[in-house]
Order: sequence, then C-alpha cells, then structure tokens
Amino acid sequence: MIHSLFLINCSGDIFLEKHWKSVVSQSVCDYFFEAQEKAIDVENVPPVISTPHHYLISIYRDKIFFVSVIQTEVPPLFVIEFLHRVADTFQDYFGECSETAIKDNVVIVYELLEEMLDNGFPLATESNILKELIKPPTILRSVVNSITGSSNVGDTLPTGQLSNIPWRRAGVKYTNNEAYFDVIEEIDAIIDKSGSTVFAEIQGVIDSCIKLSGMPDLSLSFMNPRLLDDVSFHPCIRFKRWESERVLSFIPPDGNFRLISYRVSSQNLVAIPVYVKHMISFKENSSSGRFDVTIGPKQNMGKTVEGVVMTVHMPKAVLNMSLSATQGSYTFDPVTKVLTWDVGKITPQKLPNLKGIVNLQSGAPKPEENPSLNIQFKIQQLAISGLKVNRLDMYGEKYKPFKGVKYITKAGKFQVRT
Amino acid sequence: MQTDNLELKKLVYLYLMNYAKSQPDMAIMAVNTFVKDCEDPNPLIRALAVRTMGCIRVDKITEYLCEPLRKCLKDEDPYVRKTAAVCVAKLHDINAQLVEDQGFLDTLKDLISDSNPMVVANAVAALSEIAESHPSSNLLDLNPQSINKLLTALNECTEWGQIFILDCLANYMPKDDREAQSICERVTPRLSHANSAVVLSAVKVLMKFMEMLSKDLDYYGTLLKKLAPPLVTLLSAEPELQYVALRNINLIVQKRPEILKHEMKVFFVKYNDPIYVKLEKLDIMIRLASQANIAQVLAELKEYATEVDVDFVRKAVRAIGRCAIKVEQSAERCVSTLLDLIQTKVNYVVQEAIVVIKDIFRKYPNKYESVIATLCENLDSLDEPEARAAMIWIVGEYAERIDNADELLESFLEGFHDESTQVQLQLLTAIVKLFLKKPTETQELVQQVLSLATQDSDNPDLRDRGYIYWRLLSTDPVAAKEVVLAEKPLISEETDLIEPTLLDELICHIGTLASVYHKPPGAFVEGGRGVVHKSLPPRTGSSESAESPDTAPAGVPAADQPSVIPTQGDLLGDLLNLDLGPPVSGPPVATSSVQMGAVDLLGGGLDSLMGGGSGGFAPAPGTAVPSNTGAPLGSGLGDLFDLTGGVGTLSGSYVAPKTVWLPAMKAKGLEISGTFSRQVGSISMDLVLTNKALQVMSDFAIQFNRNSFGLAPAAPLQVHAPLAPNQSVEISLPLNTVGSVMKMDPLNNLQVAVKNNIDVFYFSTLYPLHILFVEDGKMERQMFLATWKDIPNENETQFQIKDCSLNADSVSSKLQGSNIFTIAKRNVEGQDMLYQSLKLTNGIWVLAELRIQPSNPSFTLSLKCRAPEVSQYVYQAYETILKN
Repeated sequence: MIHSLFLINCSGDIFLEKHWKSVVSQSVCDYFFEAQEKAIDVENVPPVISTPHHYLISIYRDKIFFVSVIQTEVPPLFVIEFLHRVADTFQDYFGECSETAIKDNVVIVYELLEEMLDNGFPLATESNILKELIKPPTILRSVVNSITGSSNVGDTLPTGQLSNIPWRRAGVKYTNNEAYFDVIEEIDAIIDKSGSTVFAEIQGVIDSCIKLSGMPDLSLSFMNPRLLDDVSFHPCIRFKRWESERVLSFIPPDGNFRLISYRVSSQNLVAIPVYVKHMISFKENSSSGRFDVTIGPKQNMGKTVEGVVMTVHMPKAVLNMSLSATQGSYTFDPVTKVLTWDVGKITPQKLPNLKGIVNLQSGAPKPEENPSLNIQFKIQQLAISGLKVNRLDMYGEKYKPFKGVKYITKAGKFQVRT
Repeated sequence: MQTDNLELKKLVYLYLMNYAKSQPDMAIMAVNTFVKDCEDPNPLIRALAVRTMGCIRVDKITEYLCEPLRKCLKDEDPYVRKTAAVCVAKLHDINAQLVEDQGFLDTLKDLISDSNPMVVANAVAALSEIAESHPSSNLLDLNPQSINKLLTALNECTEWGQIFILDCLANYMPKDDREAQSICERVTPRLSHANSAVVLSAVKVLMKFMEMLSKDLDYYGTLLKKLAPPLVTLLSAEPELQYVALRNINLIVQKRPEILKHEMKVFFVKYNDPIYVKLEKLDIMIRLASQANIAQVLAELKEYATEVDVDFVRKAVRAIGRCAIKVEQSAERCVSTLLDLIQTKVNYVVQEAIVVIKDIFRKYPNKYESVIATLCENLDSLDEPEARAAMIWIVGEYAERIDNADELLESFLEGFHDESTQVQLQLLTAIVKLFLKKPTETQELVQQVLSLATQDSDNPDLRDRGYIYWRLLSTDPVAAKEVVLAEKPLISEETDLIEPTLLDELICHIGTLASVYHKPPGAFVEGGRGVVHKSLPPRTGSSESAESPDTAPAGVPAADQPSVIPTQGDLLGDLLNLDLGPPVSGPPVATSSVQMGAVDLLGGGLDSLMGGGSGGFAPAPGTAVPSNTGAPLGSGLGDLFDLTGGVGTLSGSYVAPKTVWLPAMKAKGLEISGTFSRQVGSISMDLVLTNKALQVMSDFAIQFNRNSFGLAPAAPLQVHAPLAPNQSVEISLPLNTVGSVMKMDPLNNLQVAVKNNIDVFYFSTLYPLHILFVEDGKMERQMFLATWKDIPNENETQFQIKDCSLNADSVSSKLQGSNIFTIAKRNVEGQDMLYQSLKLTNGIWVLAELRIQPSNPSFTLSLKCRAPEVSQYVYQAYETILKN
C-alpha cells in the first residue's frame, strides 16, 4: 500500500512529506531527481520508477510532483488515481493546487491526508465526506474561528460514509433547490497536411452542480442515448437501469461532481468545426522562412467559433518571427520557441490570417521537422456530437427544483500537422 | 489528549504517531486514554483511537492494543469495524506472531461475511496485505459462497474497495466455465467505472476467466466486444494513467489481438504526448499492424520520422522495418518509405533505416537488392556501430552484385582496430564471404583481415572466429563455402514477443507493477517473499469434462507435485557426469572432417554411459536392496503371454493420469508431463513434450540418474521431427531395470535429465511402485506360509486403506491387474482375509494380508517383506490401485 508521499516543486525542493507507515528517508527522492534530470522536460519524467527497495509512482499536476513511495506490489493505477484525487481535493479546498496554497494551509493539508489514507488504504476520498470531517477554509470562517477559538474539524460522524450511498451527506438543506448540468465535449483530432482527418473523437463529460435538499432521486434521459456506447459512470449511477432503459438514474452527491464521461469515436459523428490553411517553409541556406496561416470555420452548425488560440512549437533553429496578424495578437517566446496567436472570434466574412517571416539561426541547417499547430476553440450552446438531454425527473422529495442544462464544445488535443 | 475538542485530539494523536518512536516511555502513558477512547460513545472517536494506536510502532503499546482491537472488530458501528480491520494489518506489520496468537486472522476472515460492504472491502484489503507476507498460508481461501458475498459487496462499496475485491477475485479459480461466466457477468459493469484502477482490475478478472470460456460461446464474443471501449477510454486520461494502461494493453494485445484490432487510431501519437507515452503507443501500433490497416500505419510512421525527439524518431524508423517483416504485402511500401527517409539525409534517420533494411533483407532475401546502390551512397555518414555493422553485412551478403564491394570493405578495414567488436566481427565475416564469392581479386584483403583478427586483436571472440575461418579456408575451401555461404534461416516475424508462458503469468498480474515492467513478480519484488505463482485457468469444454481428473484446475497444487531439481546440487554429480549426447548404441563415429573438441567430449560421455550399463556394479553399502538386478532382465519379458493367470484382465496395471513434471517456466519453454505404465511385462514412461517457447526444439535426449531399482531408458528418446512452437508430442519411452542402482530417498524417487538443442533440464519425479511388480509374482501356497513364518515379525508393517467400498472379489481382481496375486482367501468371523504376494523387478518378494470387513470401508493391510523399506511404497501402490 502507499507508504509515503512527497510533494516536490519544479525547482526540486521537497516542501511536504507525509508517512502513513514507518518513515522513509527523503533520500529516496534522489532516484526521482535522477530520472527527472534524465528526462530533461518535466512532463517526460516516467511515472513509475524503481529503486532498490521501493517504487516511486509520481504524477505531475499544476507544477507540483506528487511522488508516492510504495514497497509492495500495489496496482500502480490505484496509486496514480489516488494521487490525482489528492490533487483534486486540494484544488477543491483551496481553490488552486499550488505550492503557496498548500504551504498556507499546511494544517488542513495534513488533516486531509490523514483522513484520506489509513495505513496506505484509502479511507475517505469523497469530497462530500471530507468536507463534513474537515471544513474548507473561508475568510469568514477563519475570522470567526480566531475569535471564538472553534476549529475547522467537524465533530459529527460522516454518516454518509456508512450508508449505502457513501457519496452523499445527510441532512442537506437549501432554500433554492437547483440542479445544473454542463454537457462539455472536447474534440481530439489529428488533421494531416492536406486537411483530411487522420483521427478524431469526442471526449464528453457531464459535470453537474446539484444543490438539492434531502435525498433526491434523479433520473436524466437523453433524446439520443444511442450515441453513448462507451461511458464511465460516477458510482452513484445505477448501472442496471442504464443497461435496460438507457436512463441515468441516481441519488446525486451534494455539490459539484462529474456525472458521466463518454467517448464518441465513430468518425462520421465527429464534425471538425474549423479548418486551417497553412504554409510554413524554410529556405535552404538563407536562414529565413515563410509563415502563413489562415483559420476558417467549417462544420459549426451555425454557431460562432470563439476563443480561438493557436500555439506552435517552432523548431529549435528559429530565432525570431516577424509576423502580422489581421486579427488578434501573437507572441513568440524565443526561449521555448513557442508561438502563440490569440485569435478570438472567427467571423466568416473576414478570415483571420497570420503571416510573415521566420528568422533562423544563421548557418544552421534547414530544420527537418514540421511543426504541428495546436488549436484551441470554444463553441457555446452546442454539443458537437448532437447529444441532447431530454428531461430530468426527481423522485423522493416534494419540492420543485430549478433545472438547467448548458452545452459547450471545446477543442481538446486538436492538432494540425504541417 | 483528554480534550473534547476533536481537532485538538486529532492533532495530538498525529503528534503521538510521529514522536512515539523516539520516546517510547512517554508514549506508553497515552495508552490509558486510547483504551478509554475505544469505549467512547462517539464511533468517530472509537475509530480514531484504534486507528492511531495501530500507527504507534512501539512494542509495549502494541500489547495493550489487543483488547480494544478485539472489541472494535466486533463493534456495532461499521465505521469502527472497518477501521479495526485495517488495524489488524497494521498490527501484523509490527508483530505478526501476536496477530496469529490472538486469533485476529480468524476474526478478520469472519468480517468477509459482514453485512456492510465497506467492512468487507477493508477486510479483504487487510487479508491480501497480510497474505502477501505469507505466501503459503491460504488466508484468502475462497469458495463459491464467499465469492458470492464479495460480488455482492462489489456493487456497493467504494471505488478503492472495489479494487481490492477485484484483485482478490482474480486469484480465485472457478470450478467450471459456468461459474466463470457468471462471475464475468457480474464483474462486467465495473468496466464503466470512472476510476481507471477499477476498470483495469475488472479487465484482469475478465481476461483471466475468459480463458475458461469456450470460444464458441456467444458470451465469449460479447465479452470481447465489451473489453475494447474501456481500454480505449483509459487512453483519454492523464498521461501517467495512459502509460500504465498502455503497458497493460501491450500485454492484452499480445494475448488477444482481436480485442483491439479495430482501434488502431487511438494509438496514433500526438506531438505533445510525453515521450514515455509515445514510445508505448508506437509499440502497440506495430503489434496491431495488419494487412487491413498497414497503409494508415505507414503514413503515420512516416510522419513520426520527422518529429523532433531523436529516440522517438529512431523507434519510428525501426517500426517501419518491423511492419515490413510482419506484413509481407506491405514490405515493398515499407522499403520505399525507408528510401524516402534515407533521402532526407538526416544522420540518425539514415543509420536507423539501414539497420532495419538489413533485417528486411534477412526476411526477404533477393528481393530488394535494387536499393543497395542508394544505401552505398550513404556509407560515409554512418558513425554508429550498429549501422556500420548492418551496412557491412549487406555488402558481404550481396558482394557479387556490388561491383566495388572490395573497395568498400577495404575502406572499413583501414580503421579496423578503432571499430567496435560488433563491426569487427561483421567485417571479418563479410570479407570472408567476399573472398569465397570473388576469390581471385580479394586474396590479399582476406589475408589482411585474418591476420588483423587473429594476431593483432585482444578480443577472444574475434580471434576464435578468425581462426575458424582461417582453418576452414586452408583445409577445404569447398566446405568453407558450404559453411559460410549456407542458406540462412529467415528471421521470424516478431522477435520481441513475450514468451507465452510469461505472457500468461503477466496476464494474471494485469494492473500491477509486474505488468508495467513486463517481468514476473518474482523477478523484482523485494526479497522474493510474497510471490505466488499465478497461472491462467485451463479452458474447459463443458462441465462434464471438468470433473474428470485430467482437467483438474492447474492452479491447485497436487500433493505429490514433482520437484524440479536445482541445477546445482551434490546429488547431481552422477547426472552431470553423463554427458547428454544422444544415446546412440555403438561407439561414436567421428563423421565430420572438421576437428572439433566436442567430439571427444561426446565420446567420453558415452563411454562412461555404456560402462555404467554393462559393467557390474556393487550396491551402495547399507542398502537392503539385493544386488541381483540382472536376474529379472529376462523374467520381465519372458512371461509376455503368460500374464493372464486365469483372470481375464488384459488391461495391464493402473496408469495414473499424466502430471506436469517439468513446468515450462523452469525449462526455457519445454514442458514435460508424463506418467508411468506397465503393459504386458514392460515398463514404459509415457511422456508428453510440449514446446511453449518461440523457437523450434530438436535433438532431444533423456537420461536417468542412478536410482533404487536401476530404472533406465531401454531405447533412446525418439522425437522424429523437430518440435515447433506450441506443438506437443507424445512419446512412450520403454524402460528396463538394468541401470545402476543407488538407494534414493524416497525410495521411488527418479531424477531425470532431458536435453534438447537449448539446454539440459533436470527434474525429479516419484514413480508408483506397482510398475515394478512382475508378472510371475504368484507364490505357491506352501511357499507363502513358510516365507510368512520365516520373515521376522518386526518386518511386518500395518497400514489402513480408508474409504474403499469394494468387496473382496473385486479387490482381488483389481489387484491382479497390477500383478498383486491373491493366493488364498479366508473368511474369519465375518471378515474376508486375502493373502497376497507380489515380486519386484529386483526379486524382492512382498507378502500381504488384507483384512476386509463388509461393513467397514477401511481395510487393514499387513505387509511382510525381507526389505521392510519397500513396505510403505507397496502400501501406496495398493492405495492407488484400489482407489482408481
């Protein structure tokens, strides 16, 4: 089981450690630093490292390495999932999962870690239960606490943990009963040089924000549930009901949570909302090149494509770029060689274009690699797969809740090869 | 500590946990508070107290923990019970003996049937952790009832609990395919869980139990289809999860390629994937490459070859070569892609391309020589040894088609001493090839290289190869040509597949570290403890066949499982002395004109082998086994047609089902199972040799170590054709009893060495004694009485044969089939008394009295023999015969 946890920042300082069994010396992290050095890029540190006596399983989140030490054969996915859960909890409690936030709330962090894991076994990881045990810090509460001397720790037993619905706390009360669902779809795609789609799929999630009193039993149905053939559910969803009727039936946790995530992979269902015309070339022996990129809307179902940002990792030999954009602004970082073009909204009448000259290191050979263009965009009020919520019914409680559904489509890993 | 403020209490506890170790005497003062808190009305505090106590690793405190822990394990509140369950594991870690003595393990086992799923999950987790340090104990002894409980708890417990339960389920061995299917059905919903660890654990259970399902079953196909989407979904998660998932998918794709064959595209690489994900994706792409999708794959690979990361580009180029070798139809396209890449003149791409083109030549000889010219243009840019060696190999192999081959090779020769060994060896071979192909022009060159290799080099490999070529060339150039230019076997399709036996084991470990490292857990788990070998269950066609003894689940360790002899051991002295050349009868003939040291070795080995067989031998001192081993030589065979002895049982003696003697894991892929039989007077060893490795096996030979009854093979082990991978062959090896005698312990222990082209393997097995019962073992009545009286009473041993429901007549006819002869039958006070005799191959007589009570299924067997050591084994033989 999980033995210890070290939090390490980007400059290699261990700023927090927690041991659930006997104490493991910090020196075990040296193996991690070694691997980190070898990997050069922070993202490339292998997640599983073996050392003579331990295994180090790490994740990299928000510029912090969460390095866990294990001694026996433990499923690595279990450890990785747990570490992500820890990071999620910090995010949830402190609003951000950063070194400063953790250092500012070090007492709560230790209390949380102690509640989340017992002897390496996960104890309470649901945010609903944790919040009942340890209240998240708010400015108001810290003021009140410092005056009254009361604490952040709840003194009630987390009843939810014992019931058959461990994810929901008991005795929830709201004056306004609301249930919101955000259908968020991300398009992952690889577009090749000629503009045809090499690979495309939709990663969708339904994030919910449920503020309902008592023990509501919800059922959510879709207009076209057939779209969802590859789905991962929150534990609250009754699987049998989905299998037989294609209805999501569940008693929700209180607050924000991810209800389902799904994947639509058949290519004819995945519409590609933008196209990119590009011309990037480097001249032989002249230490310069040309750059010309235009972005235009494609199948966007009549909605506006907005929030368009293009990032390009230029080859190492590129020294600088002098470009002009018809819309938005661009920056080029000569150290990381990343070109970022913040386009904004695409108007079909006047297509945004960025073009100009690339300056190369003089004398360097013509770069071999073709930079990939990474595109981000957003389309409001549209689920690109066509998924539509039909209705939401509530059983078990008398009041009438306010319901809302929001759709949004975003670019996920959307790459255009040149 | 006695505060009511929960936060303060928690912080004090936290402090205690951290500092108790450094001040144990101070910590002990806290015990009272802990004990008091364990009885607090608030379950939260009870649980907190028991939890904290377990974390204090001070021996003195541990003693006081037992009572509160026992109470908490039976607490009315499930929250306390589940915390206490984990505490048992903590305590076990500190003091294992204490946990066993206090009976906590049994309490923990009871918790598996707890009403609360969370408690069940924690109990399972704690037991699994404890079991890991006690590999032999069957703490998690699962039966259908407990499995049912676990499956019910599975639906209701937390995600982490589900992982523990699924991992535990994976260790269970269903009794038939129906049970396997029903478990699979109940596990399948877990594939849609949001937690990827749950998903992967569920995949493990399904992959394992699927092995038992018949392939014709509709359900089998449905299950295959259901497995693909969750695996693909794992790839949309964070990169760390992707990495672990990909390592596991790599295994799954090798075991069951059909699952993901249509999902090629999800493995396409995105440029901002971390490098460790990229490399894994590439590996899986090649494994999935087939004729149907090769065009797509090649286009992708070509794209990757222009990426920034050098490691990745190299692997991509290599992948193109592997595609060519794997999918024959695509070879041409692959070669042209590689040529395109060579045109880019990027140094490392060119070098990598040349290395893979060499492999393509080895797979498809004489097909793509047209590209050689292009390759030669890039000769000067090669600076890596592997690429240089590859290029030299190509030049040597196709020397006759390259006009300036001699010049090219000569240019390499200039810096001979600065090259790496790999290049030097290759250059030597290439020049010899060239010489054999164009002898007139290259005499000087070959002499130069031979002298460089033999005189100026410190490398023994290089020198030896140099000398071999030199002598070959000077003795018989024609033979040299045959040797050096012999047709080479084509390289196999996939050289990097995991051995099937290892793969099967790894499939049982999906989702664990073993699956990430692709090594069996024994290879890296600390100290080797806690490693239980896991194997896939055998497929059972139907439930009926599952009940027959042959298909008993492989995972159940048989009581008399043969042990594999470690390669080094004193006992093996004899075995090792016997060289394992194929035991040809007659003196070895040196046929080869090449003088090889090996011939002498072989001869020497055989001499001692023959000597052992023909020469007289003294029995080892102190043994009771008479030394007239030569006598029964005739007797065994003499009575060939005389065996019926009045009873019409021609069936021969009882033959036990075959058991695995030598598992493939221990013998580089060769699995041997077998049994012994006695048919009409001759003993034979019935073997099944199975090749579970990836290469062809040939040149089999077998040899026995000296044993108690002089058993020895009567004929060489004849495997006519080489054994192809995944093929098995059945052989009946006749045995005789004229071999050397040495008393073994146990008496019927037989140590065997088997040789093939790969290695020599040793194992030992126990043979049933009844194969040594000869057909003329019937004693005259008078003789029997006299002998019975003559043998002193202390030589008499009594045994009980339990649970045998046969009557006296069927017993005696059954035993007669195995050459145990009934001489007289008496009825004394309602009991049947059978008087029997049998004779062993070495002339030892054994007399028996068998008492059968009609109402009692237990028989009493009294055995009298001049060599009482054998009695026990005779009894075992009785039992085996009567119970089968």
